[in-house]
Parts: sequence; C-alpha cells; structure tokens
Amino acid sequence: QAIVWDEYLTGPFGLIAQYSLLKEHEVEKMFTLKPGRLPPADVKNIIFFVRPKLELMDIITDNVLREDRGRSPQRDFHILFVPRRSLLCEQWLKEQGVLGSFIHREQYSLDLIPFDGDLLSMESEGAFKECYLESDQTSLYHAAKGLMTLQALYGTIPQIFGKGDCARHVANMMIRMKREFPGSQNSIFPVFDTLLLLDRNVDLLTPLATQLTYEGLIDEIYGIQNTYVKLPPEKFAPKKQGEGGKDLPTEPKKLQLNSAEELYAEIRDKNFNAVGSVLSKKAKIISAAFEERHHAKTVGEIKQFVSQLPHMQAARSSLANHTSIAELIKDITTSEDFFDNLTVEQEFMSGIDTDKVNNYIEDCIAQKHPLIKILRLVCLQSVCNSGLKQKVLDHYKREILQTYGYEHILTLNNLEKAGLLKPQTGGRNNYPTIRKTLRLWMDDVNEQNPNDISYVYSGYAPLSVRLAQLLARPGWRSIEEVLKMLPGPHFEERQQLPTGLQKKRQHGENRVTLVFFLGGVTYAEIAALRFLSQMEDGGTEYIIATTKLINGTTWIKSLMEKLEPAPF
Amino acid sequence: MSRVRADEEEYWHSSKFRAFTFDDEDDELSQLKESKRAVNSLRDIVDDEDDDLERVSWSGEPVGSISWSIKETASGSTSSLDGRDSSLQKGSSSYAALPKPASSYSLSSLFKGRNKLSSFQSLSDALTDTGVKNYAPELRRPKAEYKDYSSDWSPKDTVRRMQRGKVCSLERFRSLQDKLVLLDEAVAGHDGNVITAVLIFLKRTLRREILFRELEVRQVALCHLIHFLREMGEQKFLLDLLRFLDRTEEVALSQYREHLNIQDVEKRREFLKGCIGLPFSAEDTSHIQDHYTLLERQIIIEANDRQLEMAGQSELFRKYPRKASILNMPLVTTLFYSCFYHYTEAEGMFSSPTNLKKTFKIPDKQYVLTALAARAKLRAWGDVDALLTTKNWLGYTKKKAPIGFHRVVEILQRNNAPVQVLQEYVRLVEDVETRLNLATKYKCHDVVIETYRDLKDRIQLTAYKCKVERGSAEEEKINSILSNMVRNTYS
Repeated sequence: QAIVWDEYLTGPFGLIAQYSLLKEHEVEKMFTLKPGRLPPADVKNIIFFVRPKLELMDIITDNVLREDRGRSPQRDFHILFVPRRSLLCEQWLKEQGVLGSFIHREQYSLDLIPFDGDLLSMESEGAFKECYLESDQTSLYHAAKGLMTLQALYGTIPQIFGKGDCARHVANMMIRMKREFPGSQNSIFPVFDTLLLLDRNVDLLTPLATQLTYEGLIDEIYGIQNTYVKLPPEKFAPKKQGEGGKDLPTEPKKLQLNSAEELYAEIRDKNFNAVGSVLSKKAKIISAAFEERHHAKTVGEIKQFVSQLPHMQAARSSLANHTSIAELIKDITTSEDFFDNLTVEQEFMSGIDTDKVNNYIEDCIAQKHPLIKILRLVCLQSVCNSGLKQKVLDHYKREILQTYGYEHILTLNNLEKAGLLKPQTGGRNNYPTIRKTLRLWMDDVNEQNPNDISYVYSGYAPLSVRLAQLLARPGWRSIEEVLKMLPGPHFEERQQLPTGLQKKRQHGENRVTLVFFLGGVTYAEIAALRFLSQMEDGGTEYIIATTKLINGTTWIKSLMEKLEPAPF
Repeated sequence: MSRVRADEEEYWHSSKFRAFTFDDEDDELSQLKESKRAVNSLRDIVDDEDDDLERVSWSGEPVGSISWSIKETASGSTSSLDGRDSSLQKGSSSYAALPKPASSYSLSSLFKGRNKLSSFQSLSDALTDTGVKNYAPELRRPKAEYKDYSSDWSPKDTVRRMQRGKVCSLERFRSLQDKLVLLDEAVAGHDGNVITAVLIFLKRTLRREILFRELEVRQVALCHLIHFLREMGEQKFLLDLLRFLDRTEEVALSQYREHLNIQDVEKRREFLKGCIGLPFSAEDTSHIQDHYTLLERQIIIEANDRQLEMAGQSELFRKYPRKASILNMPLVTTLFYSCFYHYTEAEGMFSSPTNLKKTFKIPDKQYVLTALAARAKLRAWGDVDALLTTKNWLGYTKKKAPIGFHRVVEILQRNNAPVQVLQEYVRLVEDVETRLNLATKYKCHDVVIETYRDLKDRIQLTAYKCKVERGSAEEEKINSILSNMVRNTYS
C-alpha cells in the first residue's frame, strides 16, 4: 500500500510515528498530496491521510479522476480523515462524483498530541475561528473527548474550574460523557488535582502582544511548527579553515526545539535579555572542559576525557546553534522598528493614550507595513480600551481599506465579530480596573532573575496566567468583581472519587493543575506557567494543554478572510 | 509597480539607529560574541564527526521522519530503499529519544506507576489509539460490521453511533417530530460532524420554510447550517435563509464576498455596482461605494494606458514600462500610479491625482506622502518643490510638509536626491538635533555649519572641519565663521 499525505499532517505525525514503523505495516511508498495524476507505484491500495478540508477534497478528486482506469491491476482508494471524519467533506466528494471510488472512509482520531514533557496540543488551527465566528463547537467536543482519554489514563480529576462560555460547554460535555459511559469510572489514583478550563476570549489581549521570551521570539520571528523551526542558513554555514566563503547553503536550516536539548530547556523560557549571559557562561564551561585534555596525563584520565567527548560535542553544537539564533534575533530586537512597535504595545497595555488615533499606527499604514502587524496593534488598542471610540475606529478602518484594499472589510468584520476590534459601548472602559486588580502591568520588572510572571512580556503579566495563579492562591473568590467584567461565566465542578482514591496530601507536597486553553496558547504563557511551577513556595505544578499553539500573527491570520481563491 | 513598492518597503525598514532596551547593550553583545568565539575555537578541536551527532539531514528533517521519507520514497527507486532501510532503523532509535521534561513534574513522570520504560511514547500511543484505530487501519473488515443498517436505533442511539464514526441510515426518521428530536439530540452531543450530517438529511427531506422556521429557535444548529452552506458555496440557499432570519447585514456581506470569485473585471464591476444598494451599515456602505468607483476608474485608466504603452508614443511609458496592471489594486497604490504616470493631468481627467484625491477624500498627509514618493522616484525635483510650497494671499510662498520635513528628507534620500536638493529640506527640519543628525548623515555640510553657527558652538564647528575637504569652500566658510566668533567674543 501507499500513503498520500496531506503535508500539514506530516508534522504532527512525525511526533508520534516513524517511517520504519509504517514500513512494518507494509507501507511501500509515501507521497505528498498535490493536484494532478498520482505518481506510479506498484501497489494495490492508495490511502489518503488528510484533514477534513474542502480544498484538500478538491485535490483528491483531481487525483482520482485522473487515475488511469485502464491500468491493471486497478488500484483501490481509501481515505483516512485526521482527526475526524467529516460528512461535509464526504458530501463534497459525492457532489464531485468520486465518493464511490473510495472503498473505505475512516477516521484516525488524534485528539491530544504530546509536544513536550508538560505540553499537549490538539493542533487544530481553526478552533478559535470555529468557536467564536462560526459557533461551531466541534473542536470543543474533541477537547472534551481528549480530556476523557486523559482521565482514563491518569485518573478522574476531582476539581474542575473554568471561565468562559466554551469552558462551560466543555465541562458540561465531560459531565455528560461520564454519565453516559458509566464504565469510564476507573480505579486509577488521580494524578491531577485540578483542571482549569480557560477560554481564549477571556483574555484576547495576551496573544496580541509581542512575546519576549527566547522561545516566544523565535516563534514570533520565524514561526515554530510542530516543534521545528526553519532559520535563514547564513549564520549556520560551517566555517572550516581554508575554504572561506565556498558555496553557502541556500536551503533554510531546520532545527527541532524541545526540552530534550539541555541548553534549550534552560533558556527557552527566559526573557531574551537574559539569554546572552547564559550562553556566554556555557561557552566558558565548555571551553574549560575541552581544556582538560591538556591535563589528562594518565591513560585512565584520557579514557575518561574521551568518554565524555560525545556529550561535550553535543553541548558544543547546541551552543553554536543557539548562539547563532540569538544573534539573528538580536538583529531584529535591536532594530528601530521593533523598538517603536514594542513601545506602542507597552503604552497601550499600561493604559496610556488608548482612546485616540495612534501616530505610530498611522505611520505604519502610510508606509504599508504588513497588514497583520497593523491589525495586531489596532486590536491591541481596542482590547486595552474596552473597545475604540466610534470616531477612532472609523478612522482606522478607512485608512486600512484605502491602503490595503476594500475587500479587507470582510476581515475587519470577522475581527469585530470575534470581539477583537469593536466600538466602545456604553462609554465605559473596564480595562484599567482589570489591570489594577489583577496587577497586569508591573513597572519594576526583573528580566534576569524574575520574581513575577510579567517578565515574559517585560512588564505585562499575561491575564490568563494571572487567573491561574490567583486560582491557586488565594482563590477566585477574591476577584469576583473582575471575573464578572470578563466575558462568560466562571464555575466550579466536583467529580466524586471513591474514598480509596482520595488523596491524602502530605505537608509541602505540590498540587498538580492541568490548564486547558480553549482557542490557543502562546509560548510566553507557557513560559509563565512553567515559571510558576518552579517557584519554590508556589505549591502548584502546571501541565498545559491547548487546541493550538499560537502567536498573534498566526492567530489573526486564522481570522482573516481568505482573499485569494484556492490555488486549485 | 511591484518593484517600486519593494523598494519603498526596503526603505522604510532601514533603520538609522539601534534602540532596543538591553540594560547594558555592549556587554550583552560582547557576551554573544564571546560565546561565538568560544564555539568557533572549539571547532578546531573536534571537527570531524560534526554531522554524525544529530541524525539530521541538512534540511534538518530527522532521518526517518515521515516527511523525510516521503521525499525519499517519492524520488528513490525500490532498490535503493532496501539499502537505506537498515540505516533508517538505526536513525529512528536516536530520534525517538525521550524529551526531558521542563518542569519537574511531567506527563512521563506522572506515568511512573504503570510503565517505567519509555512512558512518553506509551502516552502518545495511548492518547492516539483510543481503542478504535491503529496506524494501519484494518482495511478488510467484513462489510456487515462496517455498515450497520439494523434498524431500530432510537434518535439518541443513532447520534451516539454516529459520534463513534459509524454510518447510520437516517431515512427511518419520517415525521417532523422524529426529525426534530434527532436534531436536538445531535445538538446536545456537540459534535459538529453529526449535527451537519443531520442537517444535510433535514435539508433534503424538509420544505425550506419549515426548516427555516425550526432552525430559528435552534441557534446552534442554525450556525452549523450557515457554515455548511457557506463552505459548499450554496449561495442562493444561504441568502434565502439569512433573509428569512432578517440578518440583513450578513446578507449584504455574504453577497459582497462573492465578488472575490469573479475574475472578469467587467463582470466584477457590474457585480459591485449591484452591491451598493445592499443593506450594509452606514459606514460600510460608503466603503463599498468607493470600491465600486475605484474599480470603475481603474478599468478606464487601464484601457487608456495599455493603449498608450503599446503605441510607444509616450516617453514616460517607454522609459518606465508598467510592471503590472493597475486593476484591483488598493486605492493608495492607484494614487501612486496616477502620480507617477498622470501627474500633470487636469483635474477633469479620471486618471489625474487631484481627481482621485477629491473623489475618495484622501487626507492631505496620505496624498503628500504618496505624491512625494512617486515624483522623487522620477527625480522630478521641481514637482517635489511645488508640492511642498504653499502661497498665501499676499503672494508670499512658504514651505510646508504635513508629514514633517524629516520624512521628506528620508524619502528623497532614498531616491538618491542630489545634495543640493536634499539640503534644502534638511534645513527645514524643525528639531535642531534631528536636523543635525540628518545633515551629518547625508553630508549636507552647509546645513551643519550654519546650525553650529547659530548655536554658537565653536567646539563642534572646529571638530567638523576635519569632515570637509581641505581647501574647499566649506572649510573657508568654517574658518571665516570661527574668526568672526572670536572677534565677537572680544569686542
């Protein structure tokens, strides 16, 4: 058999399965899905691994229609939807007249994919758009299902907290599923003490701001996909003596980023301003370690040195990579435009001049900066002002449409529907109260040795994580007023455990909370939660789950109207 | 056109000083350099097995990953595959190394009790294999198990079966009552896939009015149907539904969206014309009207200019051939185009910049910025001068720049304006410090000298002497000012 892959899926699948494994299951060939005739392959079965998307159905239709009917043996087609079978897509295939060509149509349910030791993602890019623009709660259904699976493995979670409409839905579904499948009651000692469900629309602000942690900046600038990042190759050219400047690589350098790499685990969540000193310290340590070879006198010493060599080489190459990445990022963070952009963001977040047309934004429009950058800033201003004054909003809209094209009216409308860009209603601005009560803006931020989560945005403490922090101590009762200002209900549910499974907590033992972000989470928020986990007197450890890893750019992009017709 | 814009972008992105808030920047930078140095020096010691360490091909794909092998199997022949196989196995074992948890608690450590070895992998297996499917689905299951028409499922059971991916026949649900119960069950299950399936069934078997009426009181189902219709491109059905619900603004936007699918410009223009009367919000109506007017203009301009270009009579078009058609470009781009090719035309002409400015109420700032960029590109310094000159009623002229003269200087400099032109505008920059910066950067010596003179700054002036050519007029000027200053101090 041969597999035809939706290219997007190869990323997530790469995290869980190897080609060798597939080979064991008699997969002979693999292709990338693209229009035209399928490449020849001497196989009986062709299996399409695809996301349920209409564009992809069109390509498959094309593949099937161009298949040579005369060939023998004839090939059989099958389709495997990931993560879910979609009747919408099948309907589409039916209308194209090819549905009958598929012998099997199945689904491969892939709910939560492990990304790191403490991070799970559904990698469902459309989740936010579906929930908030289209009122399609399918992704919430999958989230609930994923949580049921997780509970089957790690025990029933006794306490569920949540904030937001989607959170409420997911909790309801979990309770319902539990009721409908009484067999799901298991006898596993619970690992998680608490589940916290958070709607992305409770905190629209955080993803809009530029992340300032090392990993966050890599994502903002180069985009991390399924733990891989593609970087410009120039800085990674192997510099060997005697062949200076010979053919530079032109393909982007691709690196995997996760905590398996010791150095990366140490610096990923630091503020970028604190990364340089760590790298230089590491360099000294490694240099010293290599120097040791001069002191190795006896055979035993040399043997020991050699035995450490592989580890040292790995450390060296890791250091080389991250030094190069840090240099690339520094080129950008030291640019005037990055600084200006950051200044405006921080002004908005600390509540300065959010109610009038901003000069910098106007300039950026006049200079035709990328539209997404403009939208991020305008939305940030709107969120930090609980909506813009009608006059200000109209002004921005006009400038954007005149400069970037009138068809973007559709995108602006989507942003309005999602609550990211809106006119202020009732003339009240709640943001200052929220900011002060939750201490979202900290003036004295310590980037090198942080004492508060606000270090991840150099001053701004992500609202979502603040809610998690306050839930652990002293509890949400202390912030009832502010919770009411944020959209959607907040609630608490309890799931009864058999007495034998109830935890008797030892003094000083940490609680474990699973935080599920419905609608996406940023790397900076993850960093903030890890920071809380590591606080000495924190008392709570966090595991993070989400529908999708996002940043402001990918998030806004998911809400933009697709303006070009599909390439096919 | 596109090159022009790219140039501009490059220009705007170029920065003149560094500004990020590193506490002690030099130190930070030197630290990076230091570690870089260390890394490089280490290369000499251990250089050989460099690439063997991580089993990653240059593109970074770990060997043995799926996307890597796709490329391989797509290009390689079967024989080479066999040879590679053994290395694949080897590679995969190193690749599957367990990521270390960042927090002390991790999913894998949580799993201690059940499986001591490679718990991380087992988690992923467990998560993904929810008891239904494996990597290679059993493709040859008996038909009977696969399709299940065994009739008597209740609506609730039917929905539950469908949620588990089984195919169920819905045809048994005949009465309206049954169908609605089925729909409500599906909605209660929150699985959009099942809701959509039921909706497709209802859409096929119910009269429109009845379907619409029932959906009006079932908002969740309604949203799913709207989404379905939009995706399937059933525009007419969708508009009927929205109209029935009285969601007029959505009707309007949804109809307007259609123009994106019309490639032919004439047809697109006609279509947009039809959109003007749609019930948009007041603000949006004027934008849609503008969109139509703009495309109408562009069609006229395009026809005219294409002919001009083909005839080869116009020197402007010969010298600067158009890079792309102006059709469907944004308003500001159109204005740039018109300032480039049609600057001197009378206001009565559709293609003249002033006409565009008036018709679309383009703000002064935006207009000056665009016109300036276009004229500077053509090195029409006279036009630049005129653009920035205003005359009051007494006939006195005055230079004015709504965008600020520092911005004017940047645009001109980007277009390689000669120093004589440049310094005229540098001189007009109001802020002394900015003026000095710009003048020094672009070597407008006269401006620098005059500014220091006005500041009575002997020290800076003396220091600046070494920046001008020996024996030049500028040097003489500095000398004469310096001696004048001395005289003034003593007298």
